[in-house]
Amino acid sequence: MTSAAQTYPKFYLYSRIVKAKLFIDSNYHQNLDLENISDEASFSKFHFIRLFKSIYGKTPHHYLTQVRIEKAKHFLQSNCTVTDTCFKVGFDSITSFTGLFKKTVGKTPSEYQQLYCLRQDQIKAQPLRFIPGCFASQKGWAEKSNFEEVR
Amino acid sequence: MITKMNHVSVFVLNQDSAYDFYVNKLGFKVHTDASMEPGMRWLTVCPPEQPDLQISLMSIEEGMMFKGEAANQMRELVKNGTFGFGIFECNDLNATYEEMKAKGVVFKKPPTKEFYGYEALFSDDSGNWFSLGEKQEA
Repeated sequence: MTSAAQTYPKFYLYSRIVKAKLFIDSNYHQNLDLENISDEASFSKFHFIRLFKSIYGKTPHHYLTQVRIEKAKHFLQSNCTVTDTCFKVGFDSITSFTGLFKKTVGKTPSEYQQLYCLRQDQIKAQPLRFIPGCFASQKGWAEKSNFEEVR
Repeated sequence: MITKMNHVSVFVLNQDSAYDFYVNKLGFKVHTDASMEPGMRWLTVCPPEQPDLQISLMSIEEGMMFKGEAANQMRELVKNGTFGFGIFECNDLNATYEEMKAKGVVFKKPPTKEFYGYEALFSDDSGNWFSLGEKQEA
């Protein structure tokens, strides 16, 4: 029996896997399972996992988790509560969300949010601290004394 | 002894549009976005797996860096695709090409086997172009 990779032109194969990846990117907040995703690519489940992993270096499930954690960071940065963030990115349980977030990011969601807000406040208060001096000087920004006052 | 590069500048026509391109289309992470007065915004992004290399998306404004007509000349040069800023790397060129195309990125050259390797060329929203290749094993 010939494999899909032999049967179809390669670009067609890539388009289908990419389509599935983009499907995960847009539908991460829904209750996705492998059946949904492999249907999107029109592959059998196991063939799909193998191809996905060979292209992206991780299984579709691991990739979905990664997308959810990245989106969670984005929501936390936008001042969403941890509970809202958890459900917005497709988790059912705050405990499992918090545990997975900490395992991946190294901080709990609330710690991550606090640190992010702190850094944003510092950037607003003293932007020059975050700009390499050589660039600030070259652009003439370092001479602007009111930078420290801008909010 | 120089040990590494931590900042590089790419001159862009519009920082809002560049933000959308580099973050939403290329998937880069925002490192610092410090807005000050109008026309003074320090915006840096990093490739997803290279958090210690900040790409500064520098707006071309008339000022200390570009005096007089120089800003307009620079804008024209960027728009006309004069500058090739570097080489990006991905794990799978065909898949990355398909994905970027689906997101609306314009390619000057699709994945092509060259004597030096497998590469594609794409432009950012301003006109700067980059080569995209696959990770090479040493």
